[in-house]
Amino acid sequence: MERPLTQHMKPDGSALDISEYEKTGGYRAVRKALTMAPKEIQEMVRNSNLRGRGGAGFNTGQKWSFVPMGDDAPRPKYLICNADEMEPGTFKDRMLVEKNPHQLIEGMIISAFAIQADIAYVFLRDEYKTAGRRIAGAISEAYRSNYLGKNILGSDYSLDFHLHTSAGRYMCGEETALLNALEGKRATPRAKPPFPQTSGLWGKPTVVNNVETLCNVPHIVKNGVEWYKGLSRSEDGGTKIYGVSGRVKRPGLWELPMGTTVREIFDEHAGGMQDGYKFRCLIPGGASTEFLTGEHFDVKMDFDSVMKAGSRMGTGTMIVLDDTICPVGALYNLELFFARESCGWCTPCREGLPWVVRILKAIEEGHGEPDDLEKLEMHGKFLWLHFTYCALAPGAMEPLRSGLKLFRDEFERHIKEKRCPYENVPAARMNV
Amino acid sequence: MLSDQEKQGIEAELENYEHKRAACVEALKIIQRSRGWVQDDGLHDAALALGMTEEELDGVATFYNLIFRRPVGRHVILICNTISCWIMGYNPVREHLSRRLEIEPGETSADGRFTLLPVPCLGACDHGPAMMIGNELYGDLTPGRIDAILEKYGWESD
Ligand SMILES: Cc1cc2nc3c(=O)[nH]c(=O)nc-3n(C[C@H](O)[C@H](O)[C@H](O)COP(=O)(O)O)c2cc1C
Ligand code: SF4
Ligand code: FES
Repeated sequence: MERPLTQHMKPDGSALDISEYEKTGGYRAVRKALTMAPKEIQEMVRNSNLRGRGGAGFNTGQKWSFVPMGDDAPRPKYLICNADEMEPGTFKDRMLVEKNPHQLIEGMIISAFAIQADIAYVFLRDEYKTAGRRIAGAISEAYRSNYLGKNILGSDYSLDFHLHTSAGRYMCGEETALLNALEGKRATPRAKPPFPQTSGLWGKPTVVNNVETLCNVPHIVKNGVEWYKGLSRSEDGGTKIYGVSGRVKRPGLWELPMGTTVREIFDEHAGGMQDGYKFRCLIPGGASTEFLTGEHFDVKMDFDSVMKAGSRMGTGTMIVLDDTICPVGALYNLELFFARESCGWCTPCREGLPWVVRILKAIEEGHGEPDDLEKLEMHGKFLWLHFTYCALAPGAMEPLRSGLKLFRDEFERHIKEKRCPYENVPAARMNV
Repeated sequence: MLSDQEKQGIEAELENYEHKRAACVEALKIIQRSRGWVQDDGLHDAALALGMTEEELDGVATFYNLIFRRPVGRHVILICNTISCWIMGYNPVREHLSRRLEIEPGETSADGRFTLLPVPCLGACDHGPAMMIGNELYGDLTPGRIDAILEKYGWESD
């Protein structure tokens, strides 16, 4: 099985330096790309069916194709790598930046060239200290070898490259809020349209892509569309970095063919449940996706298949809930996160999420009322797509909506018995 | 007044961005690194250097979880309280920290050494419960492992 993104990573977890990276074939794709027409690279990436790994799964080449090209395109144009990774349960981009920063830089150079960007930023969360140190070092190395800067490798293409470290706020990962954050403003989102591809950073054409998305690009350019599609077991191209956290035997990350089943990831790679714990359900792709249950073990983890199963693949990093965990407590924990991280820009989310949290807290503490479930369902309807300014609130509603259906009896038991049946489980206690 | 070092740091950051205000998060971090937190006068001086109003800069400062507009201890403990860590036992670890340092989340210990702040996911979910102190990340925490970690930062059991 081929693992283009991770196969060269060192077992001791240290980063490949530039000469080690070059020895694995690194930066060869840049040389090839510089001989191609930018539009040709866009086409290639579109045909490879690389879909955005930030969670939404938009075709990457198609996303790029909306950027104005040619001599009269507004300048400067920007390419931004979204390395804000703060979605609870998600830890894949950390590994990609820490263990192979040059792969990301190479992906960014080619992507920037494909849209003829002049300036590139890595938008990194501040807590990723090791990643920050390593990517900064790698950027210097790449400048010294003229993979970055003026007239890259003697071509007439130039690229300025910067690292921006943020200061901790989930909203900064939303792509238009990220643009405001980079401009030194509060990270509230912008209305779309105009889309960032035509009016992004400082009003100029901008593409924002996820770390993992960008890391795929050199391999597509080097090995071609057919090879890339062949890596996958589904319509979406390539491999995927899947992850599992929770009470499994071997929590971790694995690069596997796109479309690997939930069962294979859970059983073979994560090793199944720890002894003494039973599987209850999982959230397939970070906190803002709907629950899947044991019935869904044969679902393929790709964007369309998980959608058909009633959830979203999201970031592809699953969170496993075991039978000692109170589902109401888990939802309280999830919604508390979203309520705290809400940017406050639009009323339904700013006011609605704290209300959801208060209701869940009351139910968990044994003060729930029978009509509380209706109130929660109402929020599930009105904090949904098109009622709020960005996808944070609808994302918050995904686990809530599915949790209300799936754990109806658990909710009712809390309300009827006026207590949490799991109250003696340490993890089930609520956060302050 | 900004110190010379702070001034130079901010000047250097301004070089990195096309517009002054874009350097504001870095400027706030520079002040915080030297003083521990961002006081009103630091905010005022930084706003001047960035060509922003104090209100604009405060709006940005208060948006971020990791810019402190109130005093914090010498070591800020960032403990993840979101889903994977919570499942793996955030509560017992957090309660142990609270008992040892005699502080609740959001508070600073009496000796000014530690502040305890629950934060969202640290991207170490496969090693939950996780926390950070300074640049160090600690994973697979249990209450039993906490004392030895705190001792590295000068905590003494009595
Ligand atoms: C609240 C919120 C937070 C997000 N955080 C991230 C993030 O940390 N990293 C990321 O790549 N995408 C994040 N996204 C998705 C981005 O808005 C965007 O879709 C993505 O960066 C596009 O890259 P892709 O096309 O390569 O997937 C977030 C979205 C929302 C609504
Ligand atoms: S949905 Fe929430 S996070 Fe998004 S703009 Fe509205 S208040 Fe902000
Ligand atoms: S949920 Fe705690 S590190 Fe991710």
